[in-house]
Amino acid sequence: MNGASTLFKKEVLRFWKVAFQTVCAPVLTAVMYLLVFGHTLEDHVKVYDSVGYTQFLIPGLVMMSVLQNAFANSSSSLIQSKITGNLVFLLLTPLSPLAWFVAYVGAAIVRGLAVGAGVLLVTAWFAPPGLDNILWVLLFTVLGAGLMGTLGLIAGLWAEKFDQLAAFQNFIIMPMTFLSGVFYSVHSLPGVWQGVSHLNPFFYMIDGFRRGFFGVSDVSPWLSLGVVASSFAVTAGLALSLLKRGYKIRS
Amino acid sequence: MPNAAAPPAISFENVKKTYRGGQVKALDGVSFDIHAGEFFGLLGPNGAGKTTLISVLAGLAKATEGRVRVMGHDVVDDYAAARKALGVVPQELVFDPFFSVRESLRIQSGYFGVHGNDAWIDELLHNLGLTDKANANMRQLSGGMKRRVLVAQALVHRPPVIVLDEPTAGVDVELRQTLWQFIARLNKEGHTVLLTTHYLEEAEALCQRIGMLKAGRIVALDRTSQLLAGTASTMLRFKTDAVLPPDIAARARVTGRIVQVTAHDANEVESTLAALRQVGCPIEDLEIGRADLEDVFLEIMQGEHA
Repeated sequence: MNGASTLFKKEVLRFWKVAFQTVCAPVLTAVMYLLVFGHTLEDHVKVYDSVGYTQFLIPGLVMMSVLQNAFANSSSSLIQSKITGNLVFLLLTPLSPLAWFVAYVGAAIVRGLAVGAGVLLVTAWFAPPGLDNILWVLLFTVLGAGLMGTLGLIAGLWAEKFDQLAAFQNFIIMPMTFLSGVFYSVHSLPGVWQGVSHLNPFFYMIDGFRRGFFGVSDVSPWLSLGVVASSFAVTAGLALSLLKRGYKIRS
Repeated sequence: MPNAAAPPAISFENVKKTYRGGQVKALDGVSFDIHAGEFFGLLGPNGAGKTTLISVLAGLAKATEGRVRVMGHDVVDDYAAARKALGVVPQELVFDPFFSVRESLRIQSGYFGVHGNDAWIDELLHNLGLTDKANANMRQLSGGMKRRVLVAQALVHRPPVIVLDEPTAGVDVELRQTLWQFIARLNKEGHTVLLTTHYLEEAEALCQRIGMLKAGRIVALDRTSQLLAGTASTMLRFKTDAVLPPDIAARARVTGRIVQVTAHDANEVESTLAALRQVGCPIEDLEIGRADLEDVFLEIMQGEHA
């Protein structure tokens, strides 16, 4: 795993060198969501008795930013390297599939955490959400970012052009994050849609994460942890198998 | 100096590579060894399979059949050891736009588990004329400079076997001189070099042994001197505006007014000139010289030795 640390550092440096685009811009986007939705709905929506809507919204926005940026990091790095051809520098090395996985997903987690911390710092200034259990917060952040970094790795391997990656992001990742309870509690939905939401693993990431702030959640945090951890295990297994086969990167 | 008694630095064993379910044969049973310390040239026309063979060697492509070993390590079963022993300069001019030259070299070195490698990186930068570009971003470099960085990246982990896939394609004379001096020095120090190039004068000057690929098969494999000796050794060069007799036209290489015809011996030279006189073909600036590797290459590719 000696070379994995270099790949990890390189992947972190890659986004850090353009932090204005990869960290600051998503923070600004999340603040915009908070200002618009928080201001509009604060007096109209009540999710939990002890929690105002703006407070409720903050953990959702933080987690949405973590998830989207973790996915963007591994997927965009891989597709850029494939299309520009500089992936050859990695393909020629003795790095194992596990080293690739640890480095790409590790860097995705770091970017997710950096953006998430930025969003939390800025939005908490508007309405501090409180903190019930930091362990849930950290566990769901790291696992959620890891799951999305892994999905980004799979998407980056699969996509042959930017268009395909954008389709993956816009038609799968974006709807699943938006429909996971970022802006509302799934209990406010009709029964059918509540059922559909419970099939969405993103719902468990956000619900478990929110539990860490408020001490209340739509489902048990242990159930959320089980769903998120098993989703991560399945996608990690798939990503490692694709890397081992050299799927779409070794002919 | 090559060491034929030692285990081969590179060993190709009945390597086959097919695409589209076997319909396209890129490599069709390639077998040969490259000795440790050897400077070996792999030649062939476009599409002959040179880059595919190098891709299989480097782990960029998987052979459909056969085995490849680098310093005794199988490139599939023992890929990590095989890749550590190999430094490959890819044909395509690729770079990572996020990093400077020095950062790119440190990163590439780190991938191979070689950290704190700045002394060797400085030596590479010096030998490849890149010292003043060390902190420049890769995007700011000219094509020739980027090519030098590719060479440095291939050598940064000090591999015993160096593979250069068309390293001088489209680069200026200065880089060629710098590059060949440096690679020749590494070869003298014991590194094995595998070179593919379209510049046959480079192959003739540098390579101790040459293999020629045609349609995925090795059609010639010998010492460079033997290849030159074993084929037509004389070349007639002249200029003409007239139409050549059909039997001479069939074996001539024509570039504008310049005609080159190979001959095996003095009798064949005489008979060629007689044939030209007989049809009244006027010729100017006649020269008779030694055939070079380009002539050998064309003769073999035209099928006479295949």
